[in-house]
Amino acid sequence: MATARTPAGLAAGTLGGIGESVPRPDGTLKVTGEFAYASDLWHEDMLWGCTLRSPHAHARILSTDVSGALATPGVYAVLTHADLPAATRYGLEIQDTPVLADGVVRYHGEPVALVAADHPETARRAAARIRVAYEELPVVHDEESATAPGAPLLHPGRDDSHAAHVPHPNIVHRQPVVRGDVAAARARAAVVVTGDYEVGMQDQAFLGPESGLAVPAEDGGVDLYIATQWLHADLRQIAPVLGLPEDKVRMTLSGVGGAFGGREDLSMQAHACLLALRTGKPVKMVYNRFESFFGHVHRHPARLHYEHGASGDGRLLYVKARIVLDGGAYASSSPAVVGNAASLAVGPYVVDAVDVEAVALYSNNPPCGAMRGFGAVQACFAYEAQMDRLADRLGLDPVEFRQRNAMAQGAVMPTGQVVDAPAPVAELLRRVKARPLPPERPWESAGGGPDVRALPGGLSNTTHGEGVVRGVGYAVGIKNVGFSEGFDDYSTARVRLETVAGQPVATVHTAMAEVGQGGVTVHAQIARTELGVTRVVLEPADTRVGSAGSTSASRQTYVTGGAVRHACHLVREEVLALGRARFGASHPAWAHAELLLEGGKVTTEAGEVLAALADVLEDEVIDVEREWRHRPTEPFDLRTGRGDGHVQYSFAAHRAVVDVDTELGLVKVVELACAQDVGKAMNPLAVAGQIQGGTTQGLGLAVMEEIVVSADGRVRNPSFTDYLIPTILDTPAIPVDILELADEHAPYGLRGAGEAPTLSATPAVVAAIRAATGLALGRVPVRPEHLTGT
Amino acid sequence: MRVNFTVNGRPRQADDVWEGESLLYVLRERLGLPGSKNACEQGECGSCTVRLDGVPVCACLVAAGQVEGREVVTVEGLATGEDGAELSVVQKAFTDAGAVQCGFCTPGLVVAADELIRRNPDPSDADIREALSGNLCRCTGYEMILDAVRLAAARAGEAG
Repeated sequence: MATARTPAGLAAGTLGGIGESVPRPDGTLKVTGEFAYASDLWHEDMLWGCTLRSPHAHARILSTDVSGALATPGVYAVLTHADLPAATRYGLEIQDTPVLADGVVRYHGEPVALVAADHPETARRAAARIRVAYEELPVVHDEESATAPGAPLLHPGRDDSHAAHVPHPNIVHRQPVVRGDVAAARARAAVVVTGDYEVGMQDQAFLGPESGLAVPAEDGGVDLYIATQWLHADLRQIAPVLGLPEDKVRMTLSGVGGAFGGREDLSMQAHACLLALRTGKPVKMVYNRFESFFGHVHRHPARLHYEHGASGDGRLLYVKARIVLDGGAYASSSPAVVGNAASLAVGPYVVDAVDVEAVALYSNNPPCGAMRGFGAVQACFAYEAQMDRLADRLGLDPVEFRQRNAMAQGAVMPTGQVVDAPAPVAELLRRVKARPLPPERPWESAGGGPDVRALPGGLSNTTHGEGVVRGVGYAVGIKNVGFSEGFDDYSTARVRLETVAGQPVATVHTAMAEVGQGGVTVHAQIARTELGVTRVVLEPADTRVGSAGSTSASRQTYVTGGAVRHACHLVREEVLALGRARFGASHPAWAHAELLLEGGKVTTEAGEVLAALADVLEDEVIDVEREWRHRPTEPFDLRTGRGDGHVQYSFAAHRAVVDVDTELGLVKVVELACAQDVGKAMNPLAVAGQIQGGTTQGLGLAVMEEIVVSADGRVRNPSFTDYLIPTILDTPAIPVDILELADEHAPYGLRGAGEAPTLSATPAVVAAIRAATGLALGRVPVRPEHLTGT
Repeated sequence: MRVNFTVNGRPRQADDVWEGESLLYVLRERLGLPGSKNACEQGECGSCTVRLDGVPVCACLVAAGQVEGREVVTVEGLATGEDGAELSVVQKAFTDAGAVQCGFCTPGLVVAADELIRRNPDPSDADIREALSGNLCRCTGYEMILDAVRLAAARAGEAG
């Protein structure tokens, strides 16, 4: 960084502010192993909780006998539905999820009973001694079986807000988006392409398993230390289950080992609290990986039918789409996923005639809800495949065809919402395309014999590259940022400024769940920039401060970042008022409104120092807690989908380069370049890390990741042996090109960044495999048998 | 049963160990060393990587009784100086290069990377990928982990 000489009497800038790649405040603790994750918690006299889960996808519980478990030495409590003290159901939006199964189990792995014991293995063995008699029931496993005449209803007698408008009670929510005259557009189309696509069920596969520690308190309440994405949403759901007022359930965020949407719903939170209150002892629950696969919702698997029409000169004329998402046994966030899939179904393109329908099913498959990309991932896989097929039919380059139809600022979404911030879709594509291509046949470039590590299949390969073909593919996507459809998506921040040992110190307190994304780094950067202090203390996230909303929807830098900035502005006003009272007479500049806090000093806009912060503050403590809101959104019209439903849009493009061993059906992604507009890179290193991580999860969906559910609703691969996520050998170089085109509506012009790269990575990789093989490949993940036809 | 072994250079003793317990459980729950992580408990993710007589292993796959009389190094044993105040070259490189996000994989990766650059002071990218292929990371996409190991190897080389 170039350093300018600072004239005497002028303030130096504040180090560690926004725009710098400031290191994580928790980095040292994490590399030394001292950082306390939820699964590391320990308490004197603590018990271990364990969950007994259903082996069936749909069954009636005829009887439950817990006597064998209770008689096991070391067991302190066994709980079933009959033992619940208060509310028996919970849910993010619709309270349809039993705390413990209430006479019926609706998916494989549904919690049926809980055990607390003095050793985790004792708890597991005792749980295995609970005798549950089941009568298996017919299983609903896809749209046809869910909506067939006489289909078993997952939730008869629904009274939720979607029940009145859905075409069938096994459909959670339906959202159409219609615009323009599709029939007329079809009549004018020179080229029409139809396709059917399928997306498998992806798992978040965060590495830190679900875990937490519930400690009963003397006042009859409970303290819960927990890994979650949203403390206050958990609190709102847990307190009624415990029959306690919310102020008796005190929650503190523990170390969180990743989330990616999988911690939006409750897992063991209420269970651990119930056991702790029953036994009067602290209870820790930690899922193992097997249980984790049953213990959280997954990405909705989807079937998508698309029809695109274009003019002979390569203009999109219409898009028809039908998107069927399988929500599984309970609603979770299915309604919002439907809203996203429907409103983002045509992608970042200008299309005047649109007829889209998205639905989510109730079925006896595992519940699905939030995962990075949230409904936009499934649509992007389909519409980008369609765009390639259209380009091919038109004889156009796939990037050129996309650029001709790319939206830009001022474009109108199919919902009627105007995109009133930069939308550099064509530019992102140009950037990834302009990159030099990586060398071909990389296994040969090392000199000497082939380095099999660079071949598809790596060290396990049995060829020397004879059947390896290269392919290149492109994709671009659009993701909304923040909670949509009229949700009151606020955040709260408390900021304190005081003098400690002669130095000004800012303390930032929010309930934001730091799940690895680096929000804590950015919040401290904001406080440094806004208050001109170097020392920033971050208080642990807990429910003593107001809600920060969820760490999801790419929203925390925007919304909680916005709340921290807002609170800092209010603190600054108080500092300046104090300064005017103390020093106003000494310098006329104090009368001006535009004074700054920089480098520990109050300065004029020109940089002239008026006073040191420490001198202004003396013994005063300025302490502000405030909520902050972004622009409001509107619900989508239930018939037309019209409405300004989204806060902000985020765009990323990928170019994938793959080598495919066409004989063995193996794919090696050689490079997966990404260009993304982030508005403002608050912390460039952290933003690049988000883009690379999101890209890799998209790669996983493209070629390896799927929870396999058999027709009877049973999960077949709940382990890291059988559910594969990319290793460092599966992951290529991921060059990242970051654009910073400010969104004037957002704090600092920033744009939520975490999810967009997960969208386009998947279709780009599959497009590259198609280019290499000539195969249609309408389903992800692409498996070896899809490539070899065996 | 009782198990006696050396952890990070210090002789340690664990009592009342059940025969089915893993080295990982004994480290985390009996010896107060939770740095080694429990992400899969079946040897697939590498989050519990420790060195057993110098060899990187998944502590979840080692029965506690197998370590009797042997030497274990965990992530807690990598930093040096008084109370571990000085990060090892690999630990420092992980924080500097942005290789840490949620950090759950980090202890295992740091132990594995530390072993790699001691064995191979100038690893190629292919060498790094091969050595770390048993350690899953879900956050970073591995690019900055590669950067960190390259940086650590370069700094270790400079330090001679």
